[in-house]
Amino acid sequence: MDVSDIRPATLTDDGRYIGKRVMRTEDDKLLKGQGAYVDDLHLPGMLHGAALRSPHAHARIVSIDTAAARALKGVHAVYTHADLPAPAQARVPSMLPNPAIRLDRGQELLASRETTFAGEAVAFVVAESRYIAEDACALIEVEYEPLPVSADCRKALEPGAPLCHSDAKDNIAAQVDVGFGDIAAAFDGAAHVVEETYWQNRGSAHSMETRGYVAEFHPASGQLTVWSSGQAPHHEKKNLATLLDWDPERLRVIMNDVGGGFGPKLPFYPEEGLVAVAAVDLKRPVKWIEDRREYFLTTTQERDQWWTIAVALEADGRIRGVRLSMIHDNGAFLPWGMITPYISITTTPGPYVIPAMAADLKVVFTNKGATSPVRGAGRPQAVFAMERILDKAARTLGMDRAELRRRNLIQPEQMPYDVGFIYRDGKPLKYDSGDYPACQQAALDHADYAGFAHRKAQARAQGRFLGIGLASFVEGTGMGPFEGATVRVQRNGRIAVLTGATPQGQGHKTTFAQIAAEQLHVQLEQVDVITGDTSGISMGVGTFASRITVNAGNSVYLAAQIVRQKLIKLAAFMLKCDETEITLGAGAASMLSNPDRRMGYGELAHISQGMPGFSFPEGFTGGLEETHYFTPSQSTYCNGTAVVELEIDRDTGQIKILDYVMAHDSGKLINPLIVDGQVIGSIAHGIGNATLEWMQYDEGAQPITTNFGEYLLPMATDVPNIRIVHLETPSPLNPLGVKGVGEGGTIPAAAAIVSAMEDALSEYGVIFTEAPLVPQRVFEKLKEAGAYEVPVLP
Amino acid sequence: MKPSEFEYHAPETLAQAVALLAELPDAKLLAGGQSLMPMMNFRYLMPGQVVDLNRVAELSGIAVESGRLRIGAMTRQRDIEQAPLVARHAPLIPEAYQLVSHKQIRNRGTYGGALCQLDPSSEQPCFTAALDGVLTIVRHEDGRAAARELPMSEWAVMYMTPALEEGEMLASVSLDIWPEGHGYAFTEYARRHGDYAIVGVAALCAADAGGRIDRLSVALCGVGPGPVRLSATETAVRGQAMDEDAIRAAVREARAIDFMADAHVTADYRQHLAGVLTERALRTAFARTRNHAGA
Amino acid sequence: MDTRKITTVVNGVTYEREVETRRTLGDFLRHELELTGTHYGCEHGVCGACTVLLDGRTARSCLTLAAQVDGHEIRTVESLARADGTLDELQTAFRECHALQCGFCTPGMLMTLTELLGETDDPSEEEIREAITGNLCRCTGYQPIVAAALLAARRLREAKAGASIQHKE
Repeated sequence: MDVSDIRPATLTDDGRYIGKRVMRTEDDKLLKGQGAYVDDLHLPGMLHGAALRSPHAHARIVSIDTAAARALKGVHAVYTHADLPAPAQARVPSMLPNPAIRLDRGQELLASRETTFAGEAVAFVVAESRYIAEDACALIEVEYEPLPVSADCRKALEPGAPLCHSDAKDNIAAQVDVGFGDIAAAFDGAAHVVEETYWQNRGSAHSMETRGYVAEFHPASGQLTVWSSGQAPHHEKKNLATLLDWDPERLRVIMNDVGGGFGPKLPFYPEEGLVAVAAVDLKRPVKWIEDRREYFLTTTQERDQWWTIAVALEADGRIRGVRLSMIHDNGAFLPWGMITPYISITTTPGPYVIPAMAADLKVVFTNKGATSPVRGAGRPQAVFAMERILDKAARTLGMDRAELRRRNLIQPEQMPYDVGFIYRDGKPLKYDSGDYPACQQAALDHADYAGFAHRKAQARAQGRFLGIGLASFVEGTGMGPFEGATVRVQRNGRIAVLTGATPQGQGHKTTFAQIAAEQLHVQLEQVDVITGDTSGISMGVGTFASRITVNAGNSVYLAAQIVRQKLIKLAAFMLKCDETEITLGAGAASMLSNPDRRMGYGELAHISQGMPGFSFPEGFTGGLEETHYFTPSQSTYCNGTAVVELEIDRDTGQIKILDYVMAHDSGKLINPLIVDGQVIGSIAHGIGNATLEWMQYDEGAQPITTNFGEYLLPMATDVPNIRIVHLETPSPLNPLGVKGVGEGGTIPAAAAIVSAMEDALSEYGVIFTEAPLVPQRVFEKLKEAGAYEVPVLP
Repeated sequence: MKPSEFEYHAPETLAQAVALLAELPDAKLLAGGQSLMPMMNFRYLMPGQVVDLNRVAELSGIAVESGRLRIGAMTRQRDIEQAPLVARHAPLIPEAYQLVSHKQIRNRGTYGGALCQLDPSSEQPCFTAALDGVLTIVRHEDGRAAARELPMSEWAVMYMTPALEEGEMLASVSLDIWPEGHGYAFTEYARRHGDYAIVGVAALCAADAGGRIDRLSVALCGVGPGPVRLSATETAVRGQAMDEDAIRAAVREARAIDFMADAHVTADYRQHLAGVLTERALRTAFARTRNHAGA
Repeated sequence: MDTRKITTVVNGVTYEREVETRRTLGDFLRHELELTGTHYGCEHGVCGACTVLLDGRTARSCLTLAAQVDGHEIRTVESLARADGTLDELQTAFRECHALQCGFCTPGMLMTLTELLGETDDPSEEEIREAITGNLCRCTGYQPIVAAALLAARRLREAKAGASIQHKE
């Protein structure tokens, strides 16, 4: 990795920050262990919570006896559903309603009558320490009546299948048919039809910091403050306000340092409500920190998807149409609507011209923990299905895999390209920009795809199995409706940027400081960025879906420009000259013709904030500040191609990635250093999906991988050095020309890796139709194919 | 995930430790803590009494005694890995330790703790079996620690259950010292670096002046409750060349083991790996054996 | 409640405390001493976020009882930066190479790499990757961490050889 072009956080030679590899402003305190994560918070009188969780996948609660728990020394309160204030007895409200959803069921803060997944909370203890709270949980006696379990999303659709929710009429959470074009004609006239069924299990994000909340209530002021390790403070605030029936003006949610999010920290969880209820009830601060086992049970994941996909092709390999049927296991609840599977469906076309498509989607309830977007958000599964079926098509047609794709890629002249679907933002799915052929070619060239056949043959002669795979994706990023920012010049001359965006490692503070500093002609260190605080800005949507640089970044950009104009206007007024004579630099406004005539930003801010009797220039409103909620017209589409070369051990099924090339186009890059970090980091998640990470449940919907020994995260020896090729097709849809970048690396990874594994073992004719593709499975398929009856070398 | 309450004891001598064990037969011994503490944090184990052995200095040490290599039960894995005595007399062991977990675990984890934990996939019982380990077990008797010895072959009673009676604890292990120039190999397959072996093989070979096998020892882990020696092959190949026939015989015996299966790994896959890894281990061990015909 | 009096030296400072015997070392450091730099990510000894130096060697503070460190010495991430607040060589390299994103695994990574660089002057990339397999990171993909470790190792070697270190400032 080349470190020679990293620039430190000082004023660069040309006064420009955008596009520079600037070191992060966040790092100093994090490196010193002075981060402020939610468990680092110590408040006087703070108490600690622990939840008692149902061990059953599905059960009726017959009775709960908390007497012994309440009597334990050090216990301050024990809550069951009946103990909660009335508004808090309701289910978590649906945040993403959709007419296709048949049963929009949210979780209760504590189960009242029926628990529907192993790990669902039935009681909450608050005590002097977490140790004592767990002791008390062990003293609570719950009588359960186990109920029939919905454990498999396909079996759950059969008539008479056990119900996940016993009051529902079936297990269908949502059902939708979408499509475009004439699918019947596409398949009728086709020279080839290639079909396959794929199974994929996605796993969870497993940020290194688990969830956690602290709530503090001040009776004197009626102020309730909740600190959270989350991704969307305004979203959490709305839910708290509803569940506690609280005045939103006296409710504040703050997210300081968050140790990773990746999607699962986005939904509102019961424990946050419980911590707030307890803090108000006990008039003491209450903390609850999720432990890792709880993360496995209760924090959202993405799980089984079954795809049956068919592609109709011309004789020359051009796609006529795609038909697919997908079943998505959503677990027991819908914390994020049906967004994940819907994104899966609409991502399927990818960078290819698809004249007709028909998709039917069934979102199914099972008695497992709930599903919501995890980095990639349903797209890895879509890319897997599409790229694997194209591999199969290439094989059927006897064509090179890259060539088949090349023939179908949308050309840059076809932009903006109307795919045919409606995207999750309610707008037509239109790719705005991107050069897909150049991207694929760049990846192939860097990977020396052309020379691979020779490398493969040479290795094979030594008894080694090499394979290469490629996969491309297009990802809708920067989804609206907005993420606002306030830019404010302070009386001390510093610039404050406040936004609802909540970073969990993405370096937003640095990126926004770069944008603001460049617009306002100050040094990076003069900018303070405040994120994740509902008191900082009144509205916010959240940090997820690779949307923040587009939304908040442009809000900062536009707000800063307004502030710049105000600076100039006020300075001209004060210096009694024309606005055209004012220049900004080094934190002051001065006259071009006479630099000694200058006013510092701080001084101007002081004046702008109002001195009694002092008038403003005409048209000037108070404050050197502006709040802007940039609203994109639609999502902006980023794209990429991964090419992976690997070696596989035929006997163990173990892979070793030899070369990982990622060609990536996220439009204009604000900080390429941070972008590279996102690409590499997201690829690591994809590598996990490909062969390692598998959240497993048994036939009774009991989770069987509930620790880091059983659920395998990629280690430093599993992720190779990534070679990134940057392409920059600026987005035409926002002033900065940016697109999202946080998930692109994850999206094509499993597809490319499994493709390479299949390629490496092509002489045995084994076809792989699943992810994660674990070594034991490779062995089973090779054994079935008779591979071990033939020696590797003659 | 916090441990439940317990009474904590920290004896400073072995006599004190065994006396405590006699008085508190249900006490859990805390050695390196790398296996016990996770169980206690998860509350899978909730002992009322914990006896911390970390202050009993006499339980640690590495020495050559009566022609055998003796290692105290509380000796840190990292110390064994780096000990010149071990590198010289039992190079199999540092090779195995490269595959054992991660440095932070080996810094605290103890040899005796690993042997008593007796995870079927653990490398340490495996090389102990290959080296014909003899375990010294102590109990409280007349105010002191009285010892008995047990060969490693009798150590595993069933899964994760060593042959310790109530009130007994492991004090040390003595291992065979193979002749200088002996061949060795520790080979395993694990999903990621440092993970427990799905299957692992420890192989030792000594050859006579003519390059014929004088002595062979092959032990497999990840196959059943305890490590399994390929005893039939070991006997059969004495006096034979270090060749394909010897390897084939070993592979055949390895594949005939009655393999365990669990939720994650089938017996079929273990059988396949056992054969493959036995072959790989023997090739390496043979190649390293001084007087190897082909060397 | 079973308790024990302990005397322990943490980052050069001696502490005398009475601790519940079941209290883990990480909890003691974080909540009793309020040294919150050491983090808990799993409490079963796999993620490495809780890694500290115990008598100079890395150890999982989630798998150690506070009672066990009576008479022993601990170093945490808070001991790495210099007295004047400047970052040490490894920390500086981390910053330059963007070797941290959310920062949660970072203290554990720093302690593990501090131990490695204390043992080896010139670690290879493979040695570095193997050394940090006991520290899980979900943000960086490890590559920048490896680059930082190589950079810090090189600078420390050069400093030892008498050269003055050129930072990116």
